[in-house]
Amino acid sequence: MVLIGVLIVIIGFIVRINPLLVVTAAGLATGLLAHQSLYDIIEQFGTAFTTNRYMAVFIATLPVIGLLERFGLREQAESVVAKIKAATTGRILTVYLIIREAAAAAGLTSIGGHAQMVRPLVAPMAEGAAEAKYGKLPDHVRDDIRAHSAAVDNIGLFFGEDVFIAIGAILLMKGFFDQNGIPSDPLHMALWAIPTAVAALIVHSIRLHRFDRSLHKLFHRENGKGEK
Amino acid sequence: MWLSIETVYIFLGIVVVLGSMWTFADRQNPKRFTSGVFYFLYGVTLLFGSIIPPFYTGLLVLVMVAIVGTGGLKLGSYQEATREERSRHRDRLKHRLFIPALLIPILTVIGVTWLKNVKVGNAYLFDPKNVTLVSLGLATFVALLVSMAMTRSTPFMAVKESRRLLETIGWAALLPQMLATLGTIFTTAGVGVAVSNLVKAIIPTHSLFWIVAAYCIGMALFTMIMGNAFAAFPVMTAGIAVPLLIKQFGVDANHVAALGMFSGYCGTLMTPMAANFNIVPAALLDLKDKNHVIRVQVPTALILLAFNIAAMYVVTLIDL
Repeated sequence: MVLIGVLIVIIGFIVRINPLLVVTAAGLATGLLAHQSLYDIIEQFGTAFTTNRYMAVFIATLPVIGLLERFGLREQAESVVAKIKAATTGRILTVYLIIREAAAAAGLTSIGGHAQMVRPLVAPMAEGAAEAKYGKLPDHVRDDIRAHSAAVDNIGLFFGEDVFIAIGAILLMKGFFDQNGIPSDPLHMALWAIPTAVAALIVHSIRLHRFDRSLHKLFHRENGKGEK
Repeated sequence: MWLSIETVYIFLGIVVVLGSMWTFADRQNPKRFTSGVFYFLYGVTLLFGSIIPPFYTGLLVLVMVAIVGTGGLKLGSYQEATREERSRHRDRLKHRLFIPALLIPILTVIGVTWLKNVKVGNAYLFDPKNVTLVSLGLATFVALLVSMAMTRSTPFMAVKESRRLLETIGWAALLPQMLATLGTIFTTAGVGVAVSNLVKAIIPTHSLFWIVAAYCIGMALFTMIMGNAFAAFPVMTAGIAVPLLIKQFGVDANHVAALGMFSGYCGTLMTPMAANFNIVPAALLDLKDKNHVIRVQVPTALILLAFNIAAMYVVTLIDL
């Protein structure tokens, strides 16, 4: 019965009802089915909403980023890249992937982020590189490049951070095994994270290389000319 | 302590509440009153979250959801700088524009590594439990002062610009907190146990390969449902890895832990439930399809999930 909440979420996302409504409905339904009172459920909403305010910290970066955008930060990022001949969308994103993942592996997870790095710097650079080669980009291509920029930030962070022994994930696993009386050691857990971290870097770099090729093909076909 | 995470929330709250004043006054917004209420209430929950009794915060949350549900949240006008204005400023400032943007990560790292245990008087400078978040908050504040001085802008201009970005994100800004709320309700209602029982009922417990596959795929699926690998790890590991892999086959916990967690991260890459990683960026980058980031991530996630299963199988074979 408690799985009905899960079902509501899955159906809601498939039918594409506003996720905020889906999530609220799923929360209310799950709580009611578990025989909690409406007062308790609303109180849980309030408590959890307050304790998870840390997820809103990206708002702190918006005044700076917004101000710099007003004064041309994104255009500046685009123009820097346009001057570099070897710069392609895929290569720029690969460089960012390496920086993001290496920094996370060294415990520096705060180098990066969608609000402070991807929107003002990484995405404009990736777009700028494509524009310098192919001219004005159609909307769907621009969206593809932006989505790839956001994806690189996630992938670099996720698969880099567990290599660092003092990161939340490793400490959580250590705590879990301690509780269950199973011997474990952060250094060894972090060591065994390395193969996947390397695989992520290789797999995604190959995909970015192929993305470059698909951009190249697309513009060759569409207007019959290649690079400028 | 001098600077706690609460200080950062107050900063966020002030930015959001002040921004909502422009929304109330925005005549280009067809729903300026309800839109204004939405952002005002959101700012209030950030500012006073720890003071307002949880039940009333819950009610405020429901009001915000109701505004979104009835179409009361609309975009307005933001008096953006024209292309000419931007290029005129850009000619003057050039590469200096990068300085404040890069100050954010640099100062955050400095704060995390060197100011972690600094005491001023008898109190810690930073909240020891939330060093990263407090460092980020302080770094953005310093970067804001630098960029205001550099561009000769007032704080109000900065708030107006942050309002432009926040309203681009719109309702998606609330989603991560709401999903975390749902996760809590799922946990207290026992959804995790139900899912791990389901997985255990399906897999053949004598086959090492299928146990490994069930654990990794289970981690990914459960993470997709909860939106958070940290919530999935204890449930799936206690349900499958500990009894079957570690106790039954004698596999070393150190060898499977990270691979299990990474399988969860593969799930994170594929779910709208991980809104802060997948949906908020899509809104922030103005993508038409809010699932566009997920679409791009799915191939990498599936390949790495397969890699994790293979790697864990090889490792467990060696351990036998």
